[in-house]
Amino acid sequence: MNTTCIMCPIGCALSVKEEGGAVVVSGNGCMRGQKYGISEFTCPMRVVTTLIKGAAGGVVSVKTKEPIPKSLVPAALKEAAAFRLQKSVHTGEVVIEDVAGSGVPFVATAEFEAK
Amino acid sequence: MTEFDVVIIGGGPAGMAAALGARKKGVSVAILERDTRLGGILNQCIHNGFGLHYFGEELTGPEYAARFSKQVKEDGGISVFLEAMVLSLSEDKIVRAVSPTEGYLEIKAKAIVLAMGCRERSSGAIALAGTRPAGIYTAGAAQRLSNISGCLVGKEVVILGSGDIGLIMARRMTAEGAKVKLVMEIMPFSSGLKRNIVQCLNDFDIPLRYSTTVTRVEGKNRLTGVYIAPVDEKLRPDLSKEEFIPCDTLLLSVGLIPENDLLTGTSVAISPITKGAVVDEHRQTSLAGVFSAGNVLHVHDLVDNVSEEALIAGEAAALYALGELKGDRSFAVEPSGGVRYALPQRITAAEGKVKIYFRVDKVYKGRTVAVTSLGEVVKRKKTAVMAPGEMQNVEIDASLLKGDVKIFLEEQ
Repeated sequence: MNTTCIMCPIGCALSVKEEGGAVVVSGNGCMRGQKYGISEFTCPMRVVTTLIKGAAGGVVSVKTKEPIPKSLVPAALKEAAAFRLQKSVHTGEVVIEDVAGSGVPFVATAEFEAK
Repeated sequence: MTEFDVVIIGGGPAGMAAALGARKKGVSVAILERDTRLGGILNQCIHNGFGLHYFGEELTGPEYAARFSKQVKEDGGISVFLEAMVLSLSEDKIVRAVSPTEGYLEIKAKAIVLAMGCRERSSGAIALAGTRPAGIYTAGAAQRLSNISGCLVGKEVVILGSGDIGLIMARRMTAEGAKVKLVMEIMPFSSGLKRNIVQCLNDFDIPLRYSTTVTRVEGKNRLTGVYIAPVDEKLRPDLSKEEFIPCDTLLLSVGLIPENDLLTGTSVAISPITKGAVVDEHRQTSLAGVFSAGNVLHVHDLVDNVSEEALIAGEAAALYALGELKGDRSFAVEPSGGVRYALPQRITAAEGKVKIYFRVDKVYKGRTVAVTSLGEVVKRKKTAVMAPGEMQNVEIDASLLKGDVKIFLEEQ
């Protein structure tokens, strides 16, 4: 796998592969790059931020409370797009429990008043 | 006429931090904000990554804004005028504004902080050739329509410019079900953060082409497509390699310009490079008592830096209002050799630390930044890599300065 390290502005071009049961990172300029390369190869994680529509109009911004596996991001986005929020919520309040089976909820990142 | 010690124009991240900075000195403060709430553009930046430097955690835009707006509301000494559009500001520091609740307002200030932010370069600014159909938006306008109004502006999208807002919008439009076909950058490098290229484009398999631009757009009522072509080192498109990409939407992320129209007719000196005011380390402009901070001063990449800068400006504005702002001397700070601009452009302090922010003109690896005063080195800083899209800084000790200051990259 080839990727770009995002740990600092240098942005080393990383090459990550499995060799004899171990994950080997090359192209990294420092140890942070190695750690990043391994996590991107084994289980890349992302915080998902998106919008959820109110049942009677309006939108509220949400984020997954913790990073979720990158492979679940498309499913998480689909769940958010299909959901209609029925009530008013405060910042930090759970909007959808257990996003895409990740065990992590979507929480509101802004105040939302249902119409 | 209403009077305040410090009047702040703009209630985004810069305005809010400036207000809190001024309140540290106990003066009366007013914020004039044209939107219906505080927070500025942060309210439409629903992605995360804000506050890593300032708060030590990753917040979304609305969360970052809320941290400050909560403090502003709880402070008790800050009058916030919402939906208040400032019309003019005079040399004697009278601010004229209109608002639906207050009508016509005249406010006399002892000190003013400019915190109006910036605006996006538009299709006119880049002389986009072709017809004028619907479907051409600046990335920030599309972001506002999406994230505040809940409207998706198109289904098949091409993005010109790899600025951060364009990259973020590529991901946002994809998340909302649109197909982002291509992101183009006229330069051979991106002006956006690495992190955004990886997480907004690569994660969603959106292609990015460097040294490529839009040559013309097509469409009568709605955009039907764009012609694109690679450019040479002088940024001239090679029309023999022009190709057509069908799309209904073109987003432009081609740069930001400080919004300083209010200063027309005042004596505030504007830098031709930053398009913001020329300031000293207190962020005081050439018009005494008028300060500037945030994107209206120079375009930042990180809101954390905006907050830091605005706190300095707000506190200094309060000191000016109290008649306590010191300025012993004025040494010019001049960029050269790879440094495109440096800010502040003047240093007045005789002691204490001063952080000089600067941008380089292209990508440099393994270079040393030097700061000299009358030819004598006062600071050297080694850097691994510097890119125009990432603002740098170097801190110097003002007591070492003996005269005008130069900042440059040392020859290798």
